[in-house]
Amino acid sequence: MTENSERRVVSVIVKNEASSLSRITDLFSGRGYNITSLTVAPIPESEYSRLTIVTSGSVRVIEQITKQLHKLIPVLRVYEHADMVEKEMALVKLPMSESLSDISALCAAYNGKIVNAGENTIIAMVADEPKRVNNFLNAVKRFNPKEIVRSGAVALER
Amino acid sequence: MQISGAQMVIEALIAEGVDTVFGYPGGAIMNVYDEIYKQDGFKHILNRHEQASVHAAEGYSKASGKVGVAMITSGPGFTNAVTGLADAYMDSIPLVVISGQVPMSLIGTDAFQEIDAVGISRSCTKHNYLVTDAKDLPRILKEAFYIARSGRPGPVHVDIPKDVTAQIEEFNYDIELDLETYKPHTKGNPRQIKKAMDAIANASRPLFYLGGGIINANAAYEVRDLVHTTGIPAVETFMARGVLSHDDKLLIGMLGMHGSYASNMAMSETDLVIALGARFDDRVTGKLSEFAKNADVIHVDIDPASISKLVNADYPIVGDVKNVVNDMLAQVDKVDSDKYESWRETIINFNELHPLTFHEDSERLKPQWVVKRVGELLGDDANISTDVGQHQMWSGQFYPFTRPRQFISSSGLGTMGFGFPAAIGVKAACPEKTSINFTGDGSILMNVQELMTAVEKKIPVINIILNNNFLGMVRQWQTLFYDKRHSETDLSVQPDFVKLAEAFGGIGYRVNTKEEFDAALKDAVEKNVVAFIEVIVHRMENVMPMVPSGGSLFNMMLLEKKESK
Repeated sequence: MTENSERRVVSVIVKNEASSLSRITDLFSGRGYNITSLTVAPIPESEYSRLTIVTSGSVRVIEQITKQLHKLIPVLRVYEHADMVEKEMALVKLPMSESLSDISALCAAYNGKIVNAGENTIIAMVADEPKRVNNFLNAVKRFNPKEIVRSGAVALER
Repeated sequence: MQISGAQMVIEALIAEGVDTVFGYPGGAIMNVYDEIYKQDGFKHILNRHEQASVHAAEGYSKASGKVGVAMITSGPGFTNAVTGLADAYMDSIPLVVISGQVPMSLIGTDAFQEIDAVGISRSCTKHNYLVTDAKDLPRILKEAFYIARSGRPGPVHVDIPKDVTAQIEEFNYDIELDLETYKPHTKGNPRQIKKAMDAIANASRPLFYLGGGIINANAAYEVRDLVHTTGIPAVETFMARGVLSHDDKLLIGMLGMHGSYASNMAMSETDLVIALGARFDDRVTGKLSEFAKNADVIHVDIDPASISKLVNADYPIVGDVKNVVNDMLAQVDKVDSDKYESWRETIINFNELHPLTFHEDSERLKPQWVVKRVGELLGDDANISTDVGQHQMWSGQFYPFTRPRQFISSSGLGTMGFGFPAAIGVKAACPEKTSINFTGDGSILMNVQELMTAVEKKIPVINIILNNNFLGMVRQWQTLFYDKRHSETDLSVQPDFVKLAEAFGGIGYRVNTKEEFDAALKDAVEKNVVAFIEVIVHRMENVMPMVPSGGSLFNMMLLEKKESK
């Protein structure tokens, strides 16, 4: 049985309480599932948080992941996204010596801009689909980035 | 009323109808033990090791169907209990295990007897709690009992810091639980059930695959009804022994690694597997790609994650197996039992070709004979616990079980040392039945200190030690798969088991012949005391049939034909 591994985005709505996050990450490590990225933040005006997990696995593994997540007592809902809007943010620190207008134009193509300019460095931000963020990070290499940080993906079902 | 956290624990246990608590005191749980001293709502059984307390609670729960309760202290008390939690988690046994913890102010300081208990128990419990405020204690305890026994049952661990047990707060246990995130699905989908019944009616070689979930759901008698009205043959997992009575004509036997030839062949030839509360464990299926290769699968389970985890279910039904079986019974007239006559005959032929049996030996007792003999002498009057290894498989194969909750064993985790403390819990739950523990010369030493518990509390467990001077199951694998290199499995150096039992105030017998065995068992039952019956058995006996690990179910090593001497 050959089963192809595919990238999947899963959102989990979980009660805000001590150890909710470790229950979820323990589940992934304990059962040998992958986590590519994970973001967490409380849902406004509720007692729940929303996690967005980018993972990969065969169809059977993804089905197990959603079922096992749902089995955790504080988990309210699990979405395995099919038709979604997915975005990720990246911040890039660049030397001031590079061309600001070129960087600015590149950022604009990826839904971003220069958000901070200091004495020696500038910080650029983009927010786009994870695949396009990859492209941006490739393109920005020519400006000699000093530091890169990615937020991990967040997603909403359409 | 305003009471301390420790008193709340007592009040909650009494409100939950707990009559027996197994445990071991220590620093962090002392406030609770002080309240145990003052109360008479339940009895406390002092085991001599925390692991044994949890196994005893498991045995109590499996025999009674109630939630088992164990109480332990922080640090080493808790870590000793972890094996029991893991065991209960694997076998879906409802437990509430309460541990003491260092005071809140000391958590995170590497205090004396501090360990991150909830961090450790997270992966081997259904759920766990660290109680940080006594105000939450009534709700948490109520949730713990509810979560333990509902849905797919399992152990729940509640860790209580010492200062929380001293904190005085209002206690009200009469609260409505509102668990928005936990709503087990107990009613099967009617459309799916109808489809499944149509599939059964259309199948020509259907087979019931009965699992331990049936016992958890108290559904054995409904399942018996379904099996009998449909006339469909059934195999049982090790965990399901006793769902059907051993003399049921439709019971083929136990399947899996040490299942009977007929059971494993039936599973390989069936065209429709009807799985009820079973989870397609690797010890049952063997090589997955060859398992029930030509069959569709109906899978009824309370745990959605068990369905299509290993074997794809064509008819998945999430629900309590008792509800679903009742719904199936309502449509049972669709099914024509005569249709399966030739299938039933095929299975009878399988059984005649290679019946489940063993060869007697003129010099040494055979362990299988001992199990069978206990069945003949005690039968339905005994509850049977086991440890883990060859004796465990022989118990599952050869004891004539007549009812659910008669057989108590560590199935999923395979915990040596389970049997004796579990049998203590079983006896505490069912004092009217004889409590037998089949064990081996390896396993018994893993919780042998429980002799003291049983003697002190006058809990007359009869331990039948099938002594082959080997760690037998590992030795069997070494003989078969490691070219007879018996690495560290020769247990020839042993204690005197008779004196060992006597040293604790029990009674010991050493047995070499059938007559001696009958006499010893009769004496132990009559005297009604804690006993070791050490039976010297054939050293090199193997458990057969055997499906080698990872092999196909139909490729069994079989009992060799008897040599003519």
